[in-house]
Amino acid sequence: MQTPAPVDYAKATSVADALAKLAEHGEEARVVAGGHSLLPMMKLRLARPDALIDINDIPELAGVRIEGDEIVVGAMTRHRDVLDSAVLAEHYPIFREAERVIADPLVRNRGTIGGSMCQADPASDLSAVGSALKGTAVVVGPGGSRTVALRGFHQGPYETVVGPGEILTELRYPIRPGAGSAYEKVERRAGDWGVATSGVYVVVSGGVVTDCGIGLAAVGADHYCSPEGEAALIGKEPTEENLAAAAAATAASCSPNADQRGPADYKSHLAHELTLRALRRAARASQGA
Amino acid sequence: MQVNVTVNGVEHAADIEPRLLLVHFIRDELQMRGTHWGCDTSNCGACTVWVDDEPVKSCTMLAVQAHGKSIATVEGLAKGGVLDPVQQGFMECHGLQCGYCTPGMMMCARALLDRNPHPSEEEIREGISGNICRCTGYKNIVAAIQWAAENPAATVSEVTA
Ligand SMILES: Cc1cc2nc3c(=O)[nH]c(=O)nc-3n(C[C@H](O)[C@H](O)[C@H](O)COP(=O)(O)OP(=O)(O)OC[C@H]3O[C@@H](n4cnc5c(N)ncnc54)[C@H](O)[C@@H]3O)c2cc1C
Ligand code: FES
Ligand code: FES
Repeated sequence: MQTPAPVDYAKATSVADALAKLAEHGEEARVVAGGHSLLPMMKLRLARPDALIDINDIPELAGVRIEGDEIVVGAMTRHRDVLDSAVLAEHYPIFREAERVIADPLVRNRGTIGGSMCQADPASDLSAVGSALKGTAVVVGPGGSRTVALRGFHQGPYETVVGPGEILTELRYPIRPGAGSAYEKVERRAGDWGVATSGVYVVVSGGVVTDCGIGLAAVGADHYCSPEGEAALIGKEPTEENLAAAAAATAASCSPNADQRGPADYKSHLAHELTLRALRRAARASQGA
Repeated sequence: MQVNVTVNGVEHAADIEPRLLLVHFIRDELQMRGTHWGCDTSNCGACTVWVDDEPVKSCTMLAVQAHGKSIATVEGLAKGGVLDPVQQGFMECHGLQCGYCTPGMMMCARALLDRNPHPSEEEIREGISGNICRCTGYKNIVAAIQWAAENPAATVSEVTA
């Protein structure tokens, strides 16, 4: 039987209260959101916090809204509510396509977008989506709040810029009129983490790609993105040949590791093929087809 | 730490360690063994219960997190001595063999049908994709849930030991 080690627990009622409780419990206190990464790690003693500060019942942290030209998603918004969000579906189908293949409905009922970002698993689907969309994160701490580009949010596997005593409060994604977006993932079985994934947005205007973003998970892409692939496409017509060249540049910019999910060359192949499929669909959507 | 929860409409209070998982609280503190405990790695769904009407894996939630919330377990599926149609569907369609996955499957199925009374086969398969069955190959489980969708009122009485 796996059981976490003894731990203190306190429920926060607001962001200010959570910050105060984190400060009170010191460096070894951790925020618990959906708990679907943290509790399994605590059972295995891969994580052993002294105290858990529960942010599940802070209403201001959940929900999707539009603010100016950005979509704002609260850190405690659960996978299921990201999946069901009409606002996200309207502007960025990439979210729904990614969420449909994240874990299973039970995990999605608890797991959160903020937890996914902070866990920073190399295979994290929403980290790939966030980097594709060039979003930002709002991090709040004792010294106030700061906004961080998602392409600089992760410091490496399982590491982020969120320090002890700080909380990620929301994710922000710029709205891009006319953008098409898509997500592609290959998994070994239903509900599993990806062997490789790729998600993109593309804006086609006047017959050329004027803007795009390419995000990838599980293939060793720095900050879950490929500026090289994007540079290969911007200013070009969205022809099959140009999309394939961008997909090749994307795959070349990744450095996947072999693991139980597959060998490195297979993952490179998938990075290419999944990026190409996502680019095709996103470019078509941007052109209203 | 003090917790107060309502399980299948009945209030319970207990003094527990914060690290106690909800599944062990239900099985060991409350002595309700209908909820099963399987993989322990958040994969199998045998431990599925509802917390405030949402099905969740109770091995991946602390009991203290359920403080003030309302929990539903498989023991509460039958109403007024009559089986839930999902339970009868599992009987009619041979939806179980060893029965290990069954409580979780039924809690998920009931939640699915409450949201979507006429799911397609694909929607059913997606709905139970967080629940692993090592015996049946899923075919009869899907049939059982389809039976429940087609027969929204069950007729079989509950048998209690
Ligand atoms: C069976 C299974 C399959 C899965 N499959 C996938 C998959 O295919 N793809 C995928 O992307 N994910 C998958 N996941 C992971 C799932 O998405 C998790 O829910 C997610 O990674 C973590 O979110 P959480 O809310 O549960 O975070 P928690 O477990 O609560 O927290 C994770 C970490 O983030 C920190 N944290 C959480 N929220 C905040 C915050 N607001 N501010 C500061 N720190 C915070 C915690 O302290 C902890 O260190 C799977 C999980 C399971 C159990
Ligand atoms: S025991 Fe909870 S998911 Fe397997
Ligand atoms: S009936 Fe044995 S695991 Fe499903």
